[in-house]
Amino acid sequence: MADLRSEFLGIKSPNPFWLASAPPTDKEYNVRRAFEAGWGGVVWKTLGLDPACVNVNGPRYGGVWGPDRRLIGFNNIELITDRPLEVNLREIKSVKRDYPDRALVVSLMVPCDEESWRTILPMVEETGADGIELNFGCPHGMSERGMGSAVGQVPDYIEMVARWCKANTRMPVIVKLTPNITDIRYPARAAKAGGADAVSLINTVSSITSVDLDSFSPEPSIDGKGSHGGYCGPAVKPIALNMVAEIARDPETHGLPLSGIGGIETWRDAAEFMALGAGNVQVCTAAMTYGFRIVQEMISGLQNWMDEKGHANLDSFVGRAVPNVTDWQYLNLNYVTKARINQDLCIKCGRCHIACEDTSHQAITSMVDGKRHFEVIDKECVGCNLCVNVCPVESCITMEPLAVGAMDKRTGQVVPETYANWTTHPNNPGRVQAAE
Amino acid sequence: MDRTTWVNVMSDGKLSGEISGGRLTAETYAENFADLHPPLTQHEALVEADRCYFCYDAPCVTACPTAIDIPLFIREISAGNPLGAAKTIFDQNVFGGMCARVCPTETLCEEVCVREEAEGKPVQIGLLQRYATDTAMTQGRQFYRRALPTGKTIAIIGAGPAGLACAHRLAMKGHMVEIFESRPKSGGLNEYGIAAYKTVDGFAQAEVDYITAIGGITIHHEKVLGRDIQLNELASGYDAVFLGFGLGGVNALGVPDADANGVRDAIAWISELRQASDLSGVAVGRRVVVIGGGMTAVDAAVQVKGLGADEVTLCYRGPQERMKASEYEQELAQTRGVVIRTNMQPKNVAVEGDRVTGMAFERDGETVLIPCDQIFRAIGQTLDGGVTGASGLELAGGRIKTDADGRTTMAKVWAGGDCVAAGDDLTVTAVAQGRDAAESIHGALSA
Repeated sequence: MADLRSEFLGIKSPNPFWLASAPPTDKEYNVRRAFEAGWGGVVWKTLGLDPACVNVNGPRYGGVWGPDRRLIGFNNIELITDRPLEVNLREIKSVKRDYPDRALVVSLMVPCDEESWRTILPMVEETGADGIELNFGCPHGMSERGMGSAVGQVPDYIEMVARWCKANTRMPVIVKLTPNITDIRYPARAAKAGGADAVSLINTVSSITSVDLDSFSPEPSIDGKGSHGGYCGPAVKPIALNMVAEIARDPETHGLPLSGIGGIETWRDAAEFMALGAGNVQVCTAAMTYGFRIVQEMISGLQNWMDEKGHANLDSFVGRAVPNVTDWQYLNLNYVTKARINQDLCIKCGRCHIACEDTSHQAITSMVDGKRHFEVIDKECVGCNLCVNVCPVESCITMEPLAVGAMDKRTGQVVPETYANWTTHPNNPGRVQAAE
Repeated sequence: MDRTTWVNVMSDGKLSGEISGGRLTAETYAENFADLHPPLTQHEALVEADRCYFCYDAPCVTACPTAIDIPLFIREISAGNPLGAAKTIFDQNVFGGMCARVCPTETLCEEVCVREEAEGKPVQIGLLQRYATDTAMTQGRQFYRRALPTGKTIAIIGAGPAGLACAHRLAMKGHMVEIFESRPKSGGLNEYGIAAYKTVDGFAQAEVDYITAIGGITIHHEKVLGRDIQLNELASGYDAVFLGFGLGGVNALGVPDADANGVRDAIAWISELRQASDLSGVAVGRRVVVIGGGMTAVDAAVQVKGLGADEVTLCYRGPQERMKASEYEQELAQTRGVVIRTNMQPKNVAVEGDRVTGMAFERDGETVLIPCDQIFRAIGQTLDGGVTGASGLELAGGRIKTDADGRTTMAKVWAGGDCVAAGDDLTVTAVAQGRDAAESIHGALSA
């Protein structure tokens, strides 16, 4: 049986599934339930200095739904904990004492002066918590007060605060990054320069989930007005994966421990983040949607996949996809694929045809010999994958690479054995000569 | 006559030979005749609508005789736009509400739904259609307005689905329409012929009102073609004529004692049932045989059972696969307690005195006698000869011959619905033919 035990910055947990700093980790009651359900660790919802924050007293969440009203995107305008610091610290201590085998990291957000950090760090240390996570990510509310993403958007501040924290605590320091920035590598480099032990990402994306067309108020609506909130859930996963990969493959931050966050719902999502370099993952929206019990599926799913693939432990696959993330210019232009439709699986909905016909390359039939029949026309197919994506039946349409030596009917060219990319392509004005 | 002369005691001790009503409690009547497919709630409609794949050149549309853009109206439901969905339906089929209730969707749109192929569970198109059309009709939303008056007037025979579909489309085009209907009420088979549990709460009349609300349509009731009005006169007196009447004649059983007391025509009986103000007043036997294999046979059998008959046997002369009633209809009959027997060729009615005591069939060279006290004939209908006789209308297969646009062989006369050779005894087909004939008439009058 594969070993799911995780060690991140020396913090041990029975599995790599942590709950992210968020409403599910705001109170002892919730965190105890999470640990009973099997979560490997939690990042306690962000603490600040007293007096405690207040929240709106109307809706603080907004949703985006897919078919069957599945929640695919979620946003919030909730602030950091609105409970007194002392209460949180007492509860953290109590939970950590009772669950010594679980990871308990505390998220923090205080004003951008060293004194504030010097004040709160010893209090957290005293609870026996395993580490701290600096919340430089929340894009709403706190950012208006110079905290959260207002810090995370300025690499110099990140570096400065990280340095203060490293100087004032023995606990490992994780910097949580905001995605509301042009190039995620800069804040990550700053965190590293400040001495942070790891970065976690992504925090939520600035968003308005919808507009009420009767009141013309953004949602969630507070008395007819709305404010941008932080977007999360399955919809943000691709953004998060890319940002994790960018940091993982940046020579300046390569090897910096990463905690992956963003739309993780299943073991598969988690494994993908870890393959792109995340040492562990943090989950929030999926738990808020379905309850803590989902971790059971994540544990058994990851376990079965690792057993099947022969990964004895997490290190066996963490980061394995990183070398395969590259720049477009290095992609092999001699790799040629064609779509193939499995006629036994095809239910003849025709979506592949109309997508290709209306919006792409006119490479799928709708009628053959007077019969409704969907088949790829190799002469037109550029291998774009649109049909695969719009097909409602899994594995019905696949992209099949042409073998070396086979003729691409579209170009009339034989697939060469060699690899060739844009850097040497004749159409590239800045091409480099291939070595003689 | 003394009733005891023909009352028998069955083996289980029940009385036989009795044809009566009022056997059931009011609750049981209500339950037996409740809406066959209760409408979807908004939540159910949204969940079901999400299942539609919005197919290209969707098979469901091809299978619909009126070619409703089904993927579009379902997408409109999904997007919270049921009124848009209703208009999409009515654009093609102004009887979308009734068709949602009575169409054999299991042999039309839902049979070819790709989700039937994918997982054996088609999108419930009929129920979604009902959801959309009910929404619009409940709100009284009208989508059509008459064009500027053309000054033309068209006579229509029959205020059933074909006639009214034709009338509505002609009214949209700005023509005046006068309908001559033989019965006291409009609606045709929707009002008089379809099983009560398929169209509850007076829906047929509500739909007629909804359709004729466009204006420009006058309906003259109890005007019978050949008796009160003559086709030749209509053809000369109006700008065009559309024949949309039903099949007035019924096939004879053609066996000895077929006119015995207790043998009834199913169509006429259903029509009485549909007009009954109190179902407990509709008399049925204790043991009943229904002869036939189509929708009418099933409608009769299920309703006879629902009215309190103890044993109902539906007997079809051919093998099961030739029965016109869909598999779904057959299953409905069976789950409602009707026994279906096939390869039963009617031989003779067994009588005692002037009362029916059984129905004899020939099956595989044997005679099978099913004891019963009531027999329903549901073996098809024919064009009433009196209606078309000597009019110069050419027939094909016993029904009126038309071209693809619904033109008969008589100048200025179009036809559609059950009375034409191209009909298939479906409401939805009648609607399509009425609508298309209207387009053809409009084209001819505009030329």
